[in-house]
Amino acid sequence: MKKIIPFFILALILTSAAIAQIDPSLLRRFPKDTTKPTMNMDAVYNRPFLQVGKLPVALGGYVEANYQYLSEDGISEGHQFQMRRLTLFVASTIYKRIKFLSEIEFEDGTKEINIEFASVDIELAPLLNVRGGVIMNPIGAFNQNHDGPKWEFVDRPISATQMLPATWSNVGFGLYGKKYTDNWVYAYEVYLTNGFDDKIIANSENKTFLPASKENKDRFEESFNGSPLFTGKIAVRNRKIGELGLSYMGGIYNKYQEDGLTLDKKRRVNVYAIDFNTTIAKTNTYINGEWAWVNVDVPDTYTEQFGRKQQGGFIDFVQPVLKRPMFGFENAVLNAAVRLEYVDWNKGTFKSTGSSIADDVFSIVPAISWRPTAQTVIRFNYRYNWQRDILGNPPSKLAGFQFGFSTYF
Amino acid sequence: MRNQILVLGSILLFITGGIACEKMLPKAPADDEILDGPIEGLTPEQHQLFLRGDVAFNDEIFTTATGLGPLFVATSCGTCHAGDGKGHPFTTLTRFGQTDNTGNHFLQLGGPQLQQRAMPGFLPEQIPAGATFSRFTPPANTGLGLLDAVPDATLLSLADEKDADGDGISGRPNWIARPAYTTLRPGTIERNGKYIGRFGKKAAVYDLMQQTANAYSQDIGISSTYEHYDTYTGQEIDPEISNQTVLDVVFYLKTLKAPVQRNQSDATVNKGQQLFANIGCDKCHAPTLSTGPSSIAALANKTFHPYTDLLLHDMGSGLDDGYTEGSATTPEWRTPALWGLGLSKKSQGGQYFLLHDGRAKSIEEAILLHSGEGQQSKTYFQQLTAEEKNALIRFLESL
Repeated sequence: MKKIIPFFILALILTSAAIAQIDPSLLRRFPKDTTKPTMNMDAVYNRPFLQVGKLPVALGGYVEANYQYLSEDGISEGHQFQMRRLTLFVASTIYKRIKFLSEIEFEDGTKEINIEFASVDIELAPLLNVRGGVIMNPIGAFNQNHDGPKWEFVDRPISATQMLPATWSNVGFGLYGKKYTDNWVYAYEVYLTNGFDDKIIANSENKTFLPASKENKDRFEESFNGSPLFTGKIAVRNRKIGELGLSYMGGIYNKYQEDGLTLDKKRRVNVYAIDFNTTIAKTNTYINGEWAWVNVDVPDTYTEQFGRKQQGGFIDFVQPVLKRPMFGFENAVLNAAVRLEYVDWNKGTFKSTGSSIADDVFSIVPAISWRPTAQTVIRFNYRYNWQRDILGNPPSKLAGFQFGFSTYF
Repeated sequence: MRNQILVLGSILLFITGGIACEKMLPKAPADDEILDGPIEGLTPEQHQLFLRGDVAFNDEIFTTATGLGPLFVATSCGTCHAGDGKGHPFTTLTRFGQTDNTGNHFLQLGGPQLQQRAMPGFLPEQIPAGATFSRFTPPANTGLGLLDAVPDATLLSLADEKDADGDGISGRPNWIARPAYTTLRPGTIERNGKYIGRFGKKAAVYDLMQQTANAYSQDIGISSTYEHYDTYTGQEIDPEISNQTVLDVVFYLKTLKAPVQRNQSDATVNKGQQLFANIGCDKCHAPTLSTGPSSIAALANKTFHPYTDLLLHDMGSGLDDGYTEGSATTPEWRTPALWGLGLSKKSQGGQYFLLHDGRAKSIEEAILLHSGEGQQSKTYFQQLTAEEKNALIRFLESL
């Protein structure tokens, strides 16, 4: 995987050099109003790209940076400036109905460099497309539709990144398709990919933590246990009502045998998710939410520290307050927004006492966002989290202010 | 122009309103409402050591990759001691295999501690047939450095093994074998090659170094230079943790502050304090101790109020589990320190789990489960009026 990155960067540099030598009038920008609702599964293509003349390659990306001042139980790490992400897209139409798109992300400076998406799509029919490569497993909505400039909040949803493992990509193949009628769109996606590993119940978070499997970079090269991870999603969208998605992801997560020797029984992880989004026509209020349930077969003789069941989700309300020219930006919009989040990392009871296991977090994030254009957002957030430990002791309280921008380029 | 002012105004209001308003940020809990934090008087260098130990104790989570197990009780130190307070039955330790001062006869069968949890693919330990056992709720960590620095001579002065004063209280030290890696404290008193233990439910642990190395080994399955036998195979294995980390944790435990008493000027609390002495609770739960010399200046020659004499007392058949450690008999238990008692619920998930195994769900229940040397005080407590009982409990909750 690491070997690909230098080639990608080299290609990007060469392309940039080519751009420098050509007539700028040949550069064609395809701006898209990325705030307009399309189906979540289309998110990877619903991005602004820059195309050079008749070259079949289009480039794009987004960047986001922020300032924050957070305090937990009266203790703050002070003023923090963060370069959260720099993401580069390269898309290419190889033939009429054969496309390639890749997304490479640099997180926290260069602390993490990931190929989040690198797939070839072959359209055999609108209802039958083949996709292969590094795909984003379609669990919930956020995993596929995660570009920073599309959101009014500096932080990604806790449930999507700390319970579900967004952004969760794996190597694999699958099918997807859509069926259009007058007001309705029906869609499906099914993939088989490499999957999780036993880090989900053996990690430094001291909880069942699906994102721990992202540390296993070898998953782009080989499966941890030879068992494929299935991910499937069906979604329906009505042009007037909105979109509803139901998704499932599941497979064996542990190494149950090696060299033909049995090490353990097969243990599954199953994830179910529902997502929806709508815009209330009367007030133009945009509502977007996702809820997921995680079931993990944790050995009975292991510790209850690692939950067998998890659940959580978020709901965002975004209300445009002003929509008119501002500071010379013709289509600027000022939004008021709020996000409510909840995650229970360990849903169950203690064997020793029969009392409920806590290990949960509730969060509220009021926000103001200003969009000078649809592709750029400047965000002001206030966050307040209440997080309880496994025993349900008085919650630690974290709160503070975040300011930042995110923009496609 | 109006719109632009509105936009700028909203943004500026959001930022300045927020940043200027400290009320929108969570306040630090009062010092007397939490157990963690360093003792006063540490140097900046010692603060750095404290922070290193804090991270190792509370943040370092062990996994297979870092040596966890394969048999274990918990995955980190902090798992058993949330907020440095008393633990929850979820991480109760089970010890088995010793009934008298002849030692543990089940060491070859996994004694003295049960590791009831195991990595996937491994079978956890079982209590062997014929072994008696006792369950130990994890204690609070606070003020341990002060207790460690009390001279042996002080403990002997509090002891009354033959009950010479005839008050029915006959505290005595637990004379134990000391591991070679522990360091003799100033003024250590030795008898027949045995030393005074002062930590653990049975006072069978000499110092915080032994406590820490044992806990890594027996609770988490982490071998060290000090305790280098694997609890699963019984074989000597390479250290899975550095000496420095162990020493950092020992320093952290030594320098955790003592719990701060609350509501000291409350009349009911003061009345309860008087009743505590009147009915003889203070004969075992000694209110005041003093430290001797210490290599850590902040711990040297300090007077403090732990409400323990660090001695063994016979608590009667009701609390006799048939298991013991060192030279203690099975009904003998080291007087637990009462400081921090009122904050226990904040680390035990909102309710009390008191006495050695958490069987008492309230302070009153814990008092009523006293017998043996505590029988007389319990009887006096039962004779108090409801108002007096309430005052006594209010006092204990203030600690």
